[in-house]
Amino acid sequence: MKKLLRSPSAWVCLLFLLIASVGPWLVSKSPEAIDLAHAFELPSRAHWLGTADNGVDLASALVHGARLAAIISLSVVTVSLTLGGVLGALAGMRGGRLETSVMALCDLLQAFPAVLLNIALLSVVARPSVEHVVLSLSVSGWVLYARLARAEVLSLREREFVVAARALGATETRVLFRHLIPNLFGPLLVQATTGFGGVILMEATLSFLGLGPARAVSWGALLDQGSSVLLRFPHVALMSGFAIACVVLGFNLAGDVVREALDPRLRGRR
Amino acid sequence: MASPALRYLLYRSLRAGLTAFAVVSLVFVLIRAVPGDPVDAMLGEQASPEDRVAVRKALHLDEALPAQYARFLGDVADGTLGRSFRAPDTSVRSLIEEAFPPTVELSAWALVIAWLVAIPLGVLAAAKRGTHIDRVASFFALSGLALPTIWLGPLLVLLFGVKLRWLPLPGDDPSAPAALVLPAITIGLALAAGLTRQTRAAMLEVLAQPYIAAARARGVTRTRVFFQHALRNAMLPVLTLGAAQLGALLSGAVIAEKIFERPGLGTLFLEGFFARDIPVVQGVVLLVGIIYVAVNVALDLTYALVDPRVRLS
Repeated sequence: MKKLLRSPSAWVCLLFLLIASVGPWLVSKSPEAIDLAHAFELPSRAHWLGTADNGVDLASALVHGARLAAIISLSVVTVSLTLGGVLGALAGMRGGRLETSVMALCDLLQAFPAVLLNIALLSVVARPSVEHVVLSLSVSGWVLYARLARAEVLSLREREFVVAARALGATETRVLFRHLIPNLFGPLLVQATTGFGGVILMEATLSFLGLGPARAVSWGALLDQGSSVLLRFPHVALMSGFAIACVVLGFNLAGDVVREALDPRLRGRR
Repeated sequence: MASPALRYLLYRSLRAGLTAFAVVSLVFVLIRAVPGDPVDAMLGEQASPEDRVAVRKALHLDEALPAQYARFLGDVADGTLGRSFRAPDTSVRSLIEEAFPPTVELSAWALVIAWLVAIPLGVLAAAKRGTHIDRVASFFALSGLALPTIWLGPLLVLLFGVKLRWLPLPGDDPSAPAALVLPAITIGLALAAGLTRQTRAAMLEVLAQPYIAAARARGVTRTRVFFQHALRNAMLPVLTLGAAQLGALLSGAVIAEKIFERPGLGTLFLEGFFARDIPVVQGVVLLVGIIYVAVNVALDLTYALVDPRVRLS
């Protein structure tokens, strides 16, 4: 915990979550307030990060974008972690047909570049809502956790303490809940921390390609908007891209910190 | 009579074929569940009902789903992959044949850049663990992961296209070799990031093994241990990432082609998607599925060749 608080990346993540949760109350301007006379303006006193298309205040658009990114990533990581963790652990534990079918499903979903898979999934709805995006990202997202949980269970299953527990007559359920699942938390937590970054990036990418949640302020959509006027008004693309990059980098670095904090073998060796 | 390797290859190919088939069938169903009407997208909302019916009939959209599915399988079997809704005289196969080479060229250069950057950097970081070199390499890897392709592309355009004017801007002649540089770097750096981390982690993992210490204790030199004992074993997980990266590579191609306004599979796919040109979307999906499973089969075989512990079964 101490280690976490000493790392700048953890602070970036906390700051992001803070802005996402209370930020929208702090910015006075609505991200939907249209002011055509002041489209794509450079930072000024009225708009301290400048304005985007239609004269929307960039600072408040970015804050609302942060909220969307946080909502989507929290939901997707929670759903994927739970679903993937349980399915993967069961697959590793039971083996047999269950394992074969879970792994086949993983193969099937991973047989596809993530962006293309999400486009295909989102094409099911005409105008995707936030829920649709969460659903689509979770459908592809749980696979990572399932693979990880299964691999961990496969290796844990043969370890002395599990074999010993079995020899002492522990039931399968007891082995799963008392011995295997507690040992899964660490690796899954590391994966989840990095996973936040991954989900934020994927949401931004989908919005950038024009497939994000309709009627929501998204970093990816802002970046797309900024890229189309890159030659004349680079500030929109620069700032929205910077926001995405900082947060994604923050979560990725935080994942490493969590890993080192959890693994005694890595502790203090950096 | 068949050797185990051949039997394994047959088994894997069969399974791979089934996976590709499952992917395509899934997409076939999903695409038809889209509420958007391809006829609306083609004719516009104001088209007369008679025109709509005629177009619907011409595109066989009036048939039942099983009939459409059978027709689709027929199109796959004869290799044409059906005809584009937007240009009924053009087979999807010819569209893909046109879009495929630019994407392959772009992806190949991106891969070359990624491997040339990542493997030396990852090995160096592991060798100099805990030093400034390691921190710089790790930071590079992470910024590469964090710098989204969707941001890196515009940044590179801004720097090399607008400020320095060294390289062409998006929309300029995409067939010029110079136009390939920025898109390839955009995708390549994103790939290099993950690969650097993986190489470093794999090297460290192997270096912590008892047999490395044993080799050192026997008096084998550091360099020899590093390259002969560690690097060889560390390449296996790196290879695994190679397959996972195929997805990133193709996703990257979709994004880079949009940013740099290049022709290719990604552009074809997105255009086809927004126009609800179903045969085109299906065709690209099918192609990507096949490429993916083919690479995976090849990878499994490489595994068996590289690692004697992996048995073909």
